Amino acid sequence: MSACPDKELMLHALVDGELDAGHALEVEAHAATCAGCAAELAAIRQVKAALTAQPLGYRAPASLLARLDAALEAETAPPAPPRRRRPSMEGWVLSGVGGALAASLALFALAPQGASLESQLVDAQARSLQAAHLVDIPTSDRHVVKPWFDGKIDFAPPVVDLIAQGYPLVGGRLDHIDGRQVAALVFHRQAHVINLFIWPGSAPEGQTLEHRDGYSLVRWSQGGLVFWAVSDCDPQALTTFARAYAAAIS
Amino acid sequence: MSGRLIPFRGARATAAASRPADTGSGPRGLVSEDPAGAAAPFPRPFGAPRFRELVSPHIDAAYSLARYLSRNDAAAEDIAQEALLKAFRNLETLRGDAVRPWLLAIVRNSYFDWRRRQDGRAVGGEAAEIAYAQAADDAPSAEASLIRQGDVAALRSAIEAIPEPFREALVLRDLEELSYREVAEVTGVPMGTVMSRLARARRMLAERMGVTEVVA
Repeated sequence: MSACPDKELMLHALVDGELDAGHALEVEAHAATCAGCAAELAAIRQVKAALTAQPLGYRAPASLLARLDAALEAETAPPAPPRRRRPSMEGWVLSGVGGALAASLALFALAPQGASLESQLVDAQARSLQAAHLVDIPTSDRHVVKPWFDGKIDFAPPVVDLIAQGYPLVGGRLDHIDGRQVAALVFHRQAHVINLFIWPGSAPEGQTLEHRDGYSLVRWSQGGLVFWAVSDCDPQALTTFARAYAAAIS
Repeated sequence: MSGRLIPFRGARATAAASRPADTGSGPRGLVSEDPAGAAAPFPRPFGAPRFRELVSPHIDAAYSLARYLSRNDAAAEDIAQEALLKAFRNLETLRGDAVRPWLLAIVRNSYFDWRRRQDGRAVGGEAAEIAYAQAADDAPSAEASLIRQGDVAALRSAIEAIPEPFREALVLRDLEELSYREVAEVTGVPMGTVMSRLARARRMLAERMGVTEVVA
């Protein structure tokens, strides 16, 4: 293109409607008498026309919208009321283990000795809600969550995203239950958070549903691992989640 | 973020009904849209319904910018999600009603955060521009022809091949239709720089399209 060097940007501004009337007239008048600038103007218009003839922008995929819904719900959900706060509960600290994911999600808790497994799980659930930054970074990719556990625990928790069933994966973290390190996966169910605790072990066949302090707990065992799903969501939604998860990893 | 916010999904269902009350103490410049706002029962200035109302018209733009900058579907989704959450947590940084440039600036920052996490692999500068021109030379005329016919995939890939600062200016101006001033604000450079980047981006695209031979 061979526009006058001092006019080139003005030609673009003219096409973009960024010039006031006086300057627009001036540039148009120049282009009418300058072949180089006229050719440039035509070329700019042709490029601009190609760019605006149809929408070239990308549309946000449905998966993004679903994750935004879930994330906003997590941000706006009222924090869980403190439950059975014990002195030993004060001992949990944010861990500094590798990476932003760990920084935002990994909680190490000192499990109160002697408390029942169920109450420990409920405590862990309440703690996870008090850490208000479950979704500081996007961790919805199970291919990111799963390897994150490598080297941190001595088993490989199966990670699946149940977003299609209405339970988007939000992230994972390490937790302590009953004196051992366990994997905790975090899902959303509408405005509710579901923690899925996983560790090696076995349990009687089938799924059991319990209620404790306003939370529901569903337990099952599969492939040498014990699964506990804990949430304050509708118990039916939690059992549906547990069934879907079990089916997805079987 | 301060204060307790009502759950988003529940609020969305009644967003239309609660809108006047919800905007009573909203950002400057928008309050007048809701004369009933004086009766706001909620003392909190911002909430999820307000955020949804402000931002939802721009979610596609946020994703699209993230997509054009990162040139990667999955990364774009992560970047856009991170940006929208940042926007929600920093709603008080919105000045006036220019939601789109404000949001796109946050997307851009999230993109740079993402790129830093990718070992800071930067692409750009003169070398990239030369490579682009070379690619344009090597491109079969079929590509130029497709672009001229308005083939969306060909156009998108031609845009994506433009080196970064020029591509960014082009996407913000020609796809998102921001004004020069807004592009300057989003990208943090003077307007003259925006204009020269835009001109260079269009020149590269023109070469790719084979329109340089146009004679008036």
